[in-house]
Amino acid sequence: MQLTGAQALIRSLEQEGVDTIFGLPGGAILPVYDPLLDSSIRHILVRHEQGAGHMAEGYALATGRPGVAMVTSGPGATNIVTPIGNAHMDSTPLVVITGQVATASIGTDAFQECDITGITMGITKHNFLVQSAQEIPRAVAAAFHLATTGRPGPVLIDVPKDVTQSMMDWWYPASVEEYDLPGYRPEVPLDEDAIARAVALINESERPVLYVGGGTLKSRAAQELRAFAERTGIPVVTTLMARGAFPDSHDLHLGMPGMHGMYTAVTAIQKSDLLISLGARFDDRVTGKIPAFAAGAKVIHVDIDRAEFNKVRHADVAIQSNVGAALTAFDDARATPRNLDVWWKTINEWRDQYPLVYDEPSAEGPLRPQHVIEAIAAKAAPGTIVAAGVGQHQMWASQHWKFEEPGTWINSGGAGTMGFGVPAAIGAKVGRPDRTVWCIDGDGCFQMTAQELTTARSEGIPIKVAILNNAYLGMVRQWQEMFYDERYSEVYLSADLPDYVKWAEAMGCVGLRARTLKEMHEVIDEANSINDVPVVIDFRTDAEEKVFPMVAAGASNDDIIVHPLQRGGNQ
Amino acid sequence: MSPPEPYLGEVSRTPVRHHILSVLVENKAGVLARIAGLFARRGFNIYSLAVAPAESHARFSRVTIVVDAESAPLEQIVGQLDKLVNVVAITDLAPRDAVERELLLATLPLGDENRSAMLDTITRAGAAIVDVGPTSVTVMLAGTPAACDELEAALEGFTEVELHRTGRVALPRLA
Repeated sequence: MQLTGAQALIRSLEQEGVDTIFGLPGGAILPVYDPLLDSSIRHILVRHEQGAGHMAEGYALATGRPGVAMVTSGPGATNIVTPIGNAHMDSTPLVVITGQVATASIGTDAFQECDITGITMGITKHNFLVQSAQEIPRAVAAAFHLATTGRPGPVLIDVPKDVTQSMMDWWYPASVEEYDLPGYRPEVPLDEDAIARAVALINESERPVLYVGGGTLKSRAAQELRAFAERTGIPVVTTLMARGAFPDSHDLHLGMPGMHGMYTAVTAIQKSDLLISLGARFDDRVTGKIPAFAAGAKVIHVDIDRAEFNKVRHADVAIQSNVGAALTAFDDARATPRNLDVWWKTINEWRDQYPLVYDEPSAEGPLRPQHVIEAIAAKAAPGTIVAAGVGQHQMWASQHWKFEEPGTWINSGGAGTMGFGVPAAIGAKVGRPDRTVWCIDGDGCFQMTAQELTTARSEGIPIKVAILNNAYLGMVRQWQEMFYDERYSEVYLSADLPDYVKWAEAMGCVGLRARTLKEMHEVIDEANSINDVPVVIDFRTDAEEKVFPMVAAGASNDDIIVHPLQRGGNQ
Repeated sequence: MSPPEPYLGEVSRTPVRHHILSVLVENKAGVLARIAGLFARRGFNIYSLAVAPAESHARFSRVTIVVDAESAPLEQIVGQLDKLVNVVAITDLAPRDAVERELLLATLPLGDENRSAMLDTITRAGAAIVDVGPTSVTVMLAGTPAACDELEAALEGFTEVELHRTGRVALPRLA
């Protein structure tokens, strides 16, 4: 059967089970948009290519399936570089298709030409410049294989216009052997010796902690984690990328570690004698000052990516494996720490002494952002998915929302991409239309990508957006208050400019505003009653509210700064 | 105040703690850029690099990289390199476990006053004259990196020497 390259590309995506493409057409990708009309694949027309990328990420994080985005060459391609970089940092499976100028024009500075494979070399797991129509099926099949196996990540396929316009004989690779990836070995056999050494370390530990990272979600190991934790009684912390991997309501869960982690989670790591790292990478936001991080702990490091071993922290035992297989091996060997009663007694004292607190909100406002999040959570349907931008609101959402299952927390961890929230929430809702999706956003973030609410309205994607509007780039403001002598430099945004309610309405959404406690409850109820169009709520929050606990950048986790309400004496 | 001297870089000999990575890669466009880009963005130092098709297969190339194991732990360099999809196999050769060879070409002026000293240097190094001009010769030395180092050092005393080294290639020692 003869097909055009464009037809072959769409057909290849269908072969991979793609149900949705987030994209925006343009000159070089034009040929591919024609056969799309005849495909069962849904295309979501975004308003900016960055939106397409973040939507694909939100889709992937909510469903566990790879997100797909398609854009044109040149600026279309460069506009999606930020989401690609974001997905690379967070190991999110993406397949991004970019149009390219015709092969004969490559290298001539043709209109809308850019070297997108060169640009994204360092922020993709791999990328392809497809040289002929006949190669399209192999490139697509290989891209999905690479994006979803081993340590997942973004893969880019650059397709020149003449390649999509020329004819090919349809075929599709029947097996991995036909992908032509001789250097790619995502899985290695479990190292039984390493497992035995890890089990020995667990068996002699008295103060172990399960340090659970995003790799636990990526390897779908939440069940194995729960079984192992419950059998052994080892306390669990879940990093920003792992929220939802272990139920927040579970008694073994100490919460999130790191710069804005729970006091108990941070301190338990510091005082532990054994850290069992499961798909985590000792990020600087978790470790603080590295030499002072869990200085008395031995480390078992489980990761599918061996380059993570000894990168930041020496691993006493390194196990190259997906998290689930390693946990099952620990269980099979009946790895069991010593009696943990004393350890838990200490932990529970920290829990009692340093719970998550914030100042009492006043009835007239301004609202407390933490309180707003808790109020939304209290009225949210079970299984609600929460997406966030980056900054204070993201930390508060991670702290105050109770995540109970995988795929319910969608955020930008490693890259810290402001503007991630709205498009990611849209992508999550597309992937999980059965779920309520809230975007907890900041006013700064919202302004970066809000135009995608037009996409949401026109495509019938009813997300709910809570803007915690404190009129500032709040996290930067917090640092300037705490570390730059309250010298506020370029952080004020104004609560009223833009008018978020009018802006929401102009994009076909319902716009609401709340300044008082009474209004807060009313607008949340109203938002919950609307399920056909997107809702945007402008919550007016206190600009001076800060995220606590906090470990200052580069400081030791021992020097964690707790909320003023918890500070004795003159700290 | 006089303008600062132009910085010409330090004269670098092979780092004390170096390793040779013999890397089999797919012979595809951009593979060298992927390797070079990885080293650049991770802050790993390349001391020398040589690339050529491997064995008789057009499908693979062999890249011999001498890395500065002081710039980053070797385990990190190998682990990151191995993640490049086009990298098929990596052989890590510690200097004592490898047979290393390198080729040096140098064009030397043969003035009347330095002729005998120059010829003496060439002879002692075991270099071969491969091209002769009216006032200069081009010599070649294929040998151990240390032999090339020695010849390069011996030629430092002469002026107008143009010298080029290939970077080394290596294979594991047999015993």
